[in-house]
Amino acid sequence: MTTAPFPATLAPVRRISLLRRYLRRPLGVVALVVLLLVVAAAVLAPWLAPFDPNFVTFKIVHAEPGNGHLLGGDSAGRDILSRLLYGARTTLYGAVITCVAGLVLGVPAGVSAGYFGGVTDRICSWISDALQSIPGMIVLLVVAAGTGQSFPVLMVALGVFMAPGYYRISRARAMAVRKEPYIDAARVAGVTNPRILRTHMMRAVYAPIVVQTALTAGIAIGMQAGLQFLGIGSASTPSWGQMMNDGFNTMLTFPKILLWPSIALGVTIAALAFIGSTLADLISIRAEQPSKRSRARVRHELAAPSAAELSDRVASGSHEHALEDCALRVENLRVGYATQSGVKEVVRGVSLDAAPGEVLGIVGESGSGKTQTSFAVLDLLPSGGTAVADGIWISGREVSKLSSAERAALLGRSIGYVPQEPLSNLDPCYTIEHQLVEPLRYVHGLSKADARARAREVLVRVGITDPERVLGSYPHQISGGMAQRVLIAGAVSGRPSVLVADEPTTALDVTVQAEVLELLRELQQEYGMALVIVTHNFGVVADICDRVVVMKDGRIVETGRVEQIFRAPAHPYTAELISASLDDVEGRDELDRALAHAGGEDDAR
Amino acid sequence: MLSFIAKRLLSGVLLLIVVCSGTFFLAHVAIGDPTPGLLGNSATAAQQEALRAKIGYDRPLLTQFWDWVSHAATGDFGTSWRSFQPVGDQLALRVPVTLSVVVFATVLAAVIGVAVGIACGLRPGGLLDRGLKLASVVLFALPGFWVSLVLVTWFAIELRWFPAIGYVSPEVSVSGWLSSITLPSVSLALGAIVMVGEQLRNGFLQVNNQDFVRTLRARGLSRRRVTTHVLRNASPSALTVLALMFVGLLGGAIVVEIVFNLPGIGSLTQSASQIGDIPVLLGLTAVTVVFVVLVNFLLDLVLGWVNPKVRER
Repeated sequence: MTTAPFPATLAPVRRISLLRRYLRRPLGVVALVVLLLVVAAAVLAPWLAPFDPNFVTFKIVHAEPGNGHLLGGDSAGRDILSRLLYGARTTLYGAVITCVAGLVLGVPAGVSAGYFGGVTDRICSWISDALQSIPGMIVLLVVAAGTGQSFPVLMVALGVFMAPGYYRISRARAMAVRKEPYIDAARVAGVTNPRILRTHMMRAVYAPIVVQTALTAGIAIGMQAGLQFLGIGSASTPSWGQMMNDGFNTMLTFPKILLWPSIALGVTIAALAFIGSTLADLISIRAEQPSKRSRARVRHELAAPSAAELSDRVASGSHEHALEDCALRVENLRVGYATQSGVKEVVRGVSLDAAPGEVLGIVGESGSGKTQTSFAVLDLLPSGGTAVADGIWISGREVSKLSSAERAALLGRSIGYVPQEPLSNLDPCYTIEHQLVEPLRYVHGLSKADARARAREVLVRVGITDPERVLGSYPHQISGGMAQRVLIAGAVSGRPSVLVADEPTTALDVTVQAEVLELLRELQQEYGMALVIVTHNFGVVADICDRVVVMKDGRIVETGRVEQIFRAPAHPYTAELISASLDDVEGRDELDRALAHAGGEDDAR
Repeated sequence: MLSFIAKRLLSGVLLLIVVCSGTFFLAHVAIGDPTPGLLGNSATAAQQEALRAKIGYDRPLLTQFWDWVSHAATGDFGTSWRSFQPVGDQLALRVPVTLSVVVFATVLAAVIGVAVGIACGLRPGGLLDRGLKLASVVLFALPGFWVSLVLVTWFAIELRWFPAIGYVSPEVSVSGWLSSITLPSVSLALGAIVMVGEQLRNGFLQVNNQDFVRTLRARGLSRRRVTTHVLRNASPSALTVLALMFVGLLGGAIVVEIVFNLPGIGSLTQSASQIGDIPVLLGLTAVTVVFVVLVNFLLDLVLGWVNPKVRER
């Protein structure tokens, strides 16, 4: 569920349209124009500049703008405009050297470290970390002291300190791409490592490197000006930092001398920064959030009344029980996400219900909308998702019109949730004890001692034989099966009347799967809960469910009692799912045998 | 945990040794014979010869290196080649000034950056969030001395809220000290604030998308309690940035101190590098790297406390 900073599937084809998409961003276009103007000023300085930048006229010392000197004169009597134009040359020349040095050092090292890993990675990363922890300014001044203030050498040295930025980005990208199937395919096809590095890897790091270069250039220009401000650099080469130093010395009496180079420097750096950030947006480095407006649009579209006549806008599925007998009842639920090309509906009119003590299976392949349905019932849709329904009843109460705070108050009390991936669903930073005790204390109002006793008791109930050790453990210290028991314990410790389990066994070993299903069934009977199990596996359905709802493309295609559906599936899709599930999954008998064999000790690591 | 601490300390000492030796040889190779720089161009060959003998520059390079290392290990950084004052004394006078500014800037970055990061993480896409993004784009790249020039002109010269230049020791007046380091610290901190804020905000959103957050919410925990979990999981990246910022601020302080005419390590570094006073430069390098190592060590301890997995590495 985590979003990688750079999507690994960034297709090379999208590069072509990157420029076109960039030109649609007004801020980016303005920044680009400003940068191009600075570049033009630098290139054309000999023709644009009205005077020799080093020519001294005593008449214009500290002169105000005017008399052919558009921006006046500096404290030595030189034309400020001419010096600004030539200063742009120095600035950009230095920035180019710095960026090239950073690129040449950082990118190949980063790509190799990410691609080969191991010792290469450790050595390169240590050097990069070390470089980042040296205050570069001191070393740069040492270099400047010795090299006779040679500007290119100094800028290369600055580039060395910029290399870690390139290194880290290309390493991260190379590591992500390394795992992509097409790299494996290339290797199997006999493409050599250097060739893969040159072609595939360089293509993968291209976009983030462009972004990084814009940022690096901005920082490099700032540091360069800082060095010049300190008096580094040849006196005969005009530079913005030097001009700022000159202006700084007469700041109180002639503030304009400081003003012009400061503006030039600030505007250039800001332009580069905005170019970098616009590009970064386009390749989505920053996680953007859907706005309130887009959520409202989704809501509006989902509830569009005109659609009621269309056949696929009518609710699918049916209700088995009378409203007052239901622990959970959903009527005409729709879930949609805002995308660039409009609203994508993932659940398109679902109605279902479950009585206390009943086990309802929601079955379908991935993308059928089954998990989205369960999240909508819990009101825990991922950001960007919006649900509308004619009604959702939990323990007989209509909740679909409640505020999100009121919906949140139902969680843990009226409706519980058992997730799919046990280990990613425990907070890695806290002990199991903290994670079990916290809701008991702050949601259910138990005292600290009571909550701890209750947590211990529930852990024993879910079949954990050494609760003390588990309570004191962090999630990474326990096995997947154990973690799933902990999560079940957490879900039932609040005694909810509805328990939603999303693929509760998919991530577990086969023998542990049987145990966990057994446990869920026991708990469900003991507490009289309605259990809703979301699964793609008809084996699970056969094992535990009373009734089943089959979903496809966001709609229910069939509802019925388990025996009836197995005996005579009405929809061809159901029949297909059943045969697919039963082919590759061990039957109940085999599971039972495995269970008896393992004796329940297998998941204690 | 003990081996974790030992490993980190060892790695810090290793870094210190590598950087100091690197600077030693880099300075000697880059500067070459320092006596023309130290004495000026009018000095005679005999005068240069005498100075070389006095500062021990006529000895083999490796002897000089060993001499420096063995003394530095005991805390003796030698004497300046220009003033013949002990380097340690100069550092003792100047380092507290720079540290005042840098530590104050780091505290500002941590406190304000974290507050801004949380506020933006809780309401992504809101007004503050969009403002932070805009500010972070610009302030990240603008050098501290540029910002400090703007602040000096505006707050010190136009509004006269703060002294434009100079340093007041906290022993003389605490309020004077604070007001003398406020502008320099703020000009250094602005970039760091937005960086920390942006990092925390992004970490926040990334953690928010993780499975365990949904599960915590499903247990009925209040928004504030879930936020505590998210914050703890999102903090490592922001803390790492903060430590990196500290390093950057030490370097940035050198230029900013000159703008504000603070008697910190800035002007000392500048003058020592211009005349080729290698013992002073080495002392400055050693001290700053020690601080960097200490900050990184502190960071590792905090990261280990925040995330138990780190401790076992």
